[in-house]
Formats: sequence, C-alpha cells, structure tokens
Amino acid sequence: MKLSDLATVIRSKNAGPFELTFDVLFATKDDFEVVVRSEILSARSFADLFRIPESDVLSIVEFEPALAIKVTIKRVRASGTFGETDVYGAQQHAPLLSLEVPDYR
Amino acid sequence: MPDGRADQERGRTLNTHIAILSPTAILGYGFPETSFREGLSRNPDAIAVDAGSTDPGPYYLGSGESFTNRDAVKRDLLLIINAGLEKNIPVLIGTAGGSGARPHLQWCMEIIDDVLSDLNRCALVAEISSDQDPDTVVDALSSGRISGLGPVPTLDVEAIQNSSNIVAQMGVEPVIEALERDAQIIVTGRCYDPAVFAAVPIKAGFSEALALHMGKILECAAIAAAPGSGSDCMIGVLDETGFTIEALSPERMCTVTSVAAHTLYEKADPRFLPGPGGVLDLTECKFEEVNERSVRVNGTRLQKSAHYAIKLEGARPVGYRTISIAGIRAPDLILQLDDVLAAVRDRVFSNFQSINPSDVQLLFRCYGQNGVMGELEPVTDQIPYEVGLVIEVIAKTQMIADTVCSFARSTLLHFGYPGRLSTAGNLAFPYSPSDISHGVVYEFSIYHLMTIEDPIGPFPIRLKEMGVAS
Repeated sequence: MKLSDLATVIRSKNAGPFELTFDVLFATKDDFEVVVRSEILSARSFADLFRIPESDVLSIVEFEPALAIKVTIKRVRASGTFGETDVYGAQQHAPLLSLEVPDYR
Repeated sequence: MPDGRADQERGRTLNTHIAILSPTAILGYGFPETSFREGLSRNPDAIAVDAGSTDPGPYYLGSGESFTNRDAVKRDLLLIINAGLEKNIPVLIGTAGGSGARPHLQWCMEIIDDVLSDLNRCALVAEISSDQDPDTVVDALSSGRISGLGPVPTLDVEAIQNSSNIVAQMGVEPVIEALERDAQIIVTGRCYDPAVFAAVPIKAGFSEALALHMGKILECAAIAAAPGSGSDCMIGVLDETGFTIEALSPERMCTVTSVAAHTLYEKADPRFLPGPGGVLDLTECKFEEVNERSVRVNGTRLQKSAHYAIKLEGARPVGYRTISIAGIRAPDLILQLDDVLAAVRDRVFSNFQSINPSDVQLLFRCYGQNGVMGELEPVTDQIPYEVGLVIEVIAKTQMIADTVCSFARSTLLHFGYPGRLSTAGNLAFPYSPSDISHGVVYEFSIYHLMTIEDPIGPFPIRLKEMGVAS
C-alpha cells in the first residue's frame, strides 16, 4: 500500500520564507495510527527521501484532531532567493506519494 | 438570526455573542455576492479581511508593489465598504497592499478613496503604519532585543541598512486603539493575520484566546471549508465558551477535518501558534460538528509572553534579472545536457573578460529533470523526452544581466556538441523576443523577532475623514 492510497491529503507549503512544511491527512483514526506507527514519516525517512541532513528536519508533529502528521524541514534557500524553484513550496510533496506503508491490512 | 439581535441597536457590550464576517482569503481574490449577502443577513458586528502574505516571495515587500490586482481589490472593497457603511459596522483590512509597507498602504488608501467617491460616501478611516526605521532596528539589534525566527541567518547591520522596506507585524492593540477612536474603516500595514478579526471581539470583552483562534481560521475565509476556496465567505460567531465557524455558500461545508486541517496550514506546529505578545495553545482544543455547515471550537488557551515580541520582515535588492525560455527535444542533446550547459557557462565567462564572474549568477533551469524540486529531487535516473529550459541571469545591472543572458542563449543555440545531428539549432523558442528583462530582484533580509515595550508605539495611527461629505 502506498501512502497516496491511504492519505486524503498530501501537501507541501512554506511555513514562512525559511521553512517548508508537509501535511499528510487521513480519513480515519486507524489509517492515521498505522502510519504513525510505521514511522515512514520520520526525520530519517525525510533525510533519505530529499537527500538532506537529518538536522534539517525541524519537527514532526502528530496532530490527532486533524488526523494529520506534519513534518517541517529547513528550506534549501529562503523563498525567492537565487536558485529558487518553488516560491510557495506547494509542489515539493510528490516524493511522499509513493512511500510504502508497511503492514497495512 | 440570533435571538433579539435586531432589537439591540448594535449594543455590542450587551451581546452574548459577536459575529465577524470574512469575505475572502485575500482582499482582491474575490467572493460570490450571494455568499456575502448571506453573511450580511446574519448581522455581523464587523467585516474583516486579510490582504497580505509573505508567500508570493520577497519581491513585493522589497519593491513596494502589491501581488494583488488593483481592479480586483477595488471590486471587493466596493462591496465590503458599502456593506460596512450601510450596516454601520467597522471594516478592517489587515496587511494592506499585500506586504503592508508604506507604498502598499498608500496604494490601498488610494483605492479606498476611489471606492468612497464611487459610493458617494464619506468615512472616518484609520491608517496604521507598520514601517520600522532602520536605525531603530539597528538599536534593537545592538541592545540584544532581536532574535532569529527559525532557521534564519543571523541578522547584521548591513542587512538592515540594505533593506528597502522593513515592516513589523502588529498585534490587536493598535487595531483596538483605532476602534476606540471610532474609525469606520481601519487599514493596517503589516499585521498579524488574526488581529483584524480578533480586535472587535477583544474590545467587546470576549476571550482573547478564542478571538485570536477564530481569527486564525477566518483569515483564510473558505479555505477552511470543504471544498476549500480562497475566494468565498465564512462567518465566525464567538460567545463566552467557544466559537462557531460557518461556511456561507450552500456549496461548502465546514467539517471537523476541514477546520482542524486548516489549523495546520502554512505553519510548522499546529498545537502552538506564536503571535505578537503570546502563543496560542491548541493542545486542549475541541472541534465539534454543529451541522454540516458549521463547526464549533473551544478549549483554546493563550500563553502570554514575558516580553512582547513582534515579527520583523525585510527585503533587500540583490541585482537585476534577465531570463530566456526555450525547449529542447533532441534526444542526443538531452543525454549530454549537463556537460553542454557547463561548456556554455565556461564560454560565456571567457568571452567577457570585463565581467567579473562573481558579479553575475547564471543558472540553467531544466524542467523535465529537476526544475521543480532542484536539490530536493529524488528522481535522478530518468531521461526526459523533452526539457523546458530557463536561462536565468542575475547581475549588478540590467545591462550586464541582458548581455550575459543573450550570450548564453546564442551560445547554447548553436553549440556544437559531440555527435550532433541537428546542426541548425539546439533550442525551440516560444517567444520572439526570446529574452525577458525582469527588473530588480529582491531577497528576504530580515525575518526576526524584536521585543518591544509598548505594543502600540511602533504602529502610528492616523485618522482621516475620506470620501465625499454628504
């Protein structure tokens, strides 16, 4: 099972000009908990997926009221600085779509 | 309509609840008039709208231009100001002109003047500026009152002095002050987004925590609904124990998920939301569905900070940009594109000995490879069948940027790479002229917190009667 088959929202966006934040939302508490337990959205997995140092993963928050997991990383550069590819940060989520959710029944 | 509201003659201090109408996510993004009328039929106590964001990047703060369109802003303001004056309720506009610096505020004030004359009305307008004098910021830096906000570079005097605009986010205090001076329309410079929504309820004695949290959701209007929209209306009704958020279009619902999910939007941690003077704590927050159109929220708390801090934002010019856009379809060129681009770069800089390479930044963006994700792109082993190329140059002057971009473009167009079959040209240009002089480029130079003594002092309030005297 891929994360995109399970989640209802997978998105990225600036959290201010220096941080990029990813939200993954689920329809049910079960789905949410399966992914929380799987730890596929961890500092390690983000570091591997985006080839960044683990220390650039600033926070991982499991927010149950929204059945959401939020991961925030340091932006490669401040929004709009020379070399910017995505001023709003809204198209950086794609690598998450194909993450395998282990042990999902 | 809530019981007895019609009889109360706007006796806001007697109200057990207070309603704030949010027409649209950003002033100028538009809203359906039917939703707006539905909102007005609930007898709101104020109409508030956020007009700003740092999302569109540093250019707008740096240049003083708005990222929204003047005609679109005027269209929204005609409806909003007319309704506010007709119903005799305040209209509050946060972060005027998109970034809230002096030129943005002035731009918005001119539109308001225009709207008032079109409506043949006059109004007492409060203009609250948020520009911070560079010397004041340097003083704050040297006295240790400035700290970084997240992973930002350490602030230095040069960054402060080079910034073309420096603004600070005001909290509710200056907005409440303007309300106390009977302003009918309040236009703010850079403002904490929820403040224009929370000021009227806080002034009326409602919970600061709940009012700010309600403002946090209302500032994006129907983005918190399902389906979400940046251009539709929402209403928030606050009472002593909580608040209710309701979508005003019959096409939209507010669900626990849509409202709670919005709490995540554009911020690093949904549980703790820092703002001027304190942190909203959502850890004990409850979201409950009232019906399919509305959600009730309670349990929000506010932890006041020991030192009142405001967020400074600044942008500075870094040069001039020229770009050229072209496509590549030749498979043999795509296979060796990195090598070819490196060779073109060398040739450009060796051709202009008078141009110091350290004064020029040359970039080849390759859409189809890593144009969207750059360094973060994990896919590195796929060969595209076509590549969208943007040649980008930033230089000290527009003339140097034009020269380097033009030369890089012509060099690449006719570059003879090994095994080349298509000897007539390497690039497909969609446009003539192929090069676009893009003007001044800015970068964020300040994104820091500054502690202050008085939450109103840095935000001077000016009142003036505007429009046509009736």
